[in-house]
Amino acid sequence: MASKRQFRVWRGDENGGDLQDFAVEVNEGEVVLDIVHRLQATETPDLAVRWNCKAGKCGSCSMEINGMPKLACMTRMSSFAEDETITITPLRTFPVMRDLVTDVSFNYEKARETPSFAPPAGVAPGDYRMQQVDVERSQEFRKCIECFLCQNTCHVVRDHEENKEAFSGPRFFIRAAELDMHPLDAKTDRKEYAQAEQGLGFCNITKCCTEVCPEHIKITDNAIIPMKERVVDRRYDPIVWLGSKIFRRTS
Amino acid sequence: MTELQRFQYDVVVIGAGGAGLRAAIEARMAGKKTAIISKSLFGKAHTVMAEGGAAAAMGNVNSNDNWQVHFRDTMRGGKFLNHFRMAELHAKEAPERIWELETYGALFDRTADGKISQRNFGGHEYPRLAHVGDRTGLELIRTLQQKIVSLQQEDFAATGDYEANLRVFHETTITELLLTDGKIAGAFGYVRESGEFLLFETPAVVLATGGIGKSYKVTSNSWEYTGDGHALALRAGATLVNMEFLQFHPTGMVWPPSVKGILVTESVRGDGGILKNSEGKRFMFDYVPDVFREKYAETPEEADRWYKDADNNRRPPELLPRDEVARAINSEVKAGRGTKAGGVYLDIASRLPAEEIRKRLPSMYHQFKELADVDITAEPMEVGPTCHYVMGGVEVDPDSTQSRVPGLFAAGEVSGGMHGSNRLGGNSLSDLLVFGKRAGEHAAAYADSNGPSTVAQSDVDAAIAGALAPFTNDGENPYALQHELQLVMNDLVGIIRTEAELAEAITRLAAIRERVSRVQATGGRRYNPGWHLALDLRNMLVVSECTAMAALERKESRGGHTREDHPEMAAEWRKVNLICGLDGEKVTLNPQPLPPLPPELLNLFEKSELKKYMTAQELEGHGG
Repeated sequence: MASKRQFRVWRGDENGGDLQDFAVEVNEGEVVLDIVHRLQATETPDLAVRWNCKAGKCGSCSMEINGMPKLACMTRMSSFAEDETITITPLRTFPVMRDLVTDVSFNYEKARETPSFAPPAGVAPGDYRMQQVDVERSQEFRKCIECFLCQNTCHVVRDHEENKEAFSGPRFFIRAAELDMHPLDAKTDRKEYAQAEQGLGFCNITKCCTEVCPEHIKITDNAIIPMKERVVDRRYDPIVWLGSKIFRRTS
Repeated sequence: MTELQRFQYDVVVIGAGGAGLRAAIEARMAGKKTAIISKSLFGKAHTVMAEGGAAAAMGNVNSNDNWQVHFRDTMRGGKFLNHFRMAELHAKEAPERIWELETYGALFDRTADGKISQRNFGGHEYPRLAHVGDRTGLELIRTLQQKIVSLQQEDFAATGDYEANLRVFHETTITELLLTDGKIAGAFGYVRESGEFLLFETPAVVLATGGIGKSYKVTSNSWEYTGDGHALALRAGATLVNMEFLQFHPTGMVWPPSVKGILVTESVRGDGGILKNSEGKRFMFDYVPDVFREKYAETPEEADRWYKDADNNRRPPELLPRDEVARAINSEVKAGRGTKAGGVYLDIASRLPAEEIRKRLPSMYHQFKELADVDITAEPMEVGPTCHYVMGGVEVDPDSTQSRVPGLFAAGEVSGGMHGSNRLGGNSLSDLLVFGKRAGEHAAAYADSNGPSTVAQSDVDAAIAGALAPFTNDGENPYALQHELQLVMNDLVGIIRTEAELAEAITRLAAIRERVSRVQATGGRRYNPGWHLALDLRNMLVVSECTAMAALERKESRGGHTREDHPEMAAEWRKVNLICGLDGEKVTLNPQPLPPLPPELLNLFEKSELKKYMTAQELEGHGG
């Protein structure tokens, strides 16, 4: 059944903007992105928004909905109360380009600084052999759709612009972890690199990144904490190293 | 004077999906200064939507598999309308292209002995699809994206500039190709963010823009799929082949309405899922066509045994090629045996343990849970056909991927010929790797002996004027017009076609053409989706005209083209390719003979099978 619902949508650019009120028709089964599209097709043809697959697979339509970092395509209207006003704003951590679109080039710069997969010497294409159980750990991190919600929510950069230079963020910690756990990656200093160059030490494990991950990747438990522990093991303390072998985490 | 940024490149790749990225990697590794034009952000291309896998006869799961078997399956799936040479190259080269991805860091699912695992899929005789759960496309795009980053890191180490030899232009759309003396000389476009114009002077352009599905109301395709490459090729003087063949994927979501068309991977059926109508009947057994009868099970018991013992049982009919399954679902719904939302049931819940379903089909589990509030481990999914893929595309030389225009190459979905009248699932990821590599290689070689290029200022001025026209037009809102175009294509040039409806479609498209030329954009040039759609619309329109005209002309039913008034497959029509071109603003359509299979490929098939497709005269060259 169609009904009119209240929306507040941020419109503007780097020079400023404001929340504008709209009453928009909502139908059964719709998601927030459907409402944005309806606005484009009716009142605001030039409303800027990023989207592609509309199925939670490409990670383009990241925005903040009632203050929560979300994919608009996966946020169902039925998850709000009938009389609730829904406020849609751009990601806060990145500079606004226009309306709901932000400049996410920070993430592409960090990606470019993260050392790539190093193929093992002397193994020809077609001769790679790996066990399923060994690839699964890295595969969890390769589920990442690069929506950058984790980057947006991480308070190390969300509230501290000055940290951006030294801090790569959760998305690139799982990239480092993925390569560290890759059975055939030939580079052996992924953890040390994460500590020294990516700013892993800034993270104080509040798990906000894990909470907003639409792919449900256990960013903190399965990537950041193991990386931190092993960095600590190697760098400082043989007793901690021994302890981690005895009381090994299972998750 | 409107500002314009100018760039000089050896190779410009338009499109940043699998084919485009693979082409760019190859061109850069050949030492060419290469630009990648990405309509969206880098890494968001439609390739991420591919779920099932990439088909390659590696023989990791069944050692009987080899390129000849893959070639045969591809030709059968395409009902022998494929360009044989493309199908041959594809089958031969796909394994190397997959193995190479592992050296870029890809992590496919594994067999017990540590090789790349392969899964069953419709129309493939053996388990053949390299995969990662049901998110193979994401793995592919990320792997290629990361390989590009690694090449940029090499360039940074050597020159101090990441973008010295390979640069990605994010959120940039090309609106015109520019020619000098009949050869490619440049590409003109705009940046979404700023609305600024860019001019690339280059001797070689690789089109890798994907498909045209956004011309349909119910589609699995995203906003980008507006036939840009198809239209750019036409306007540059190249030709399109077999545009009447569209693949309607049999299983798109049908509920809730806002997600109608979103893909449900064929892996659900490859892993044991079955189709039932509203009466609970497993109906696919009633829809096995004669040409496939020997290969498919006749009873549910035999079909179910096949999953465990494929050598001694025939395949379940749910794994027929996509065109057959889509038509069967369409017929069931038309006969009143569909669900309330207009689909049929796809049941995996009663076939596999919940844990297994979540492991094998994690993204489907997630998608239905979040979008439809359906737990696929406990209840069936509702599915129906959705416009998914265009088999037709730019007519290219199979070996070099070059079109009729010197310097213009095409790879992936935007190119035509490889898949004939119907593409097998899994053959598109392998297609884009095989021909993406070839396009990059040949574009690089072409750039060696051509260029640097320069374009005429008058052509640039015309391109600028064309791009700005929507701001001064006095016509209608582009969204409403797009919606109308989608309805025309969906309702009149859809899965089942008739002469009267196709003729009506052509009349209505002609009326839309006049309105498209006056469509209006409001607001400014910065990140203005209404303006972008206004520019995309003319591409959607010309491609839709090609599809409708070719569909009217082809008086038979084959693969992704079903004529209610010509329900049979006709051997005479198999010999014909329909070629679309552009004469001024007007779409032209001409028949052209399909190149015949050489004897060594013809002899890979039994004569009894070929008789179902070919005329007696064509079979004279057959050895046995």
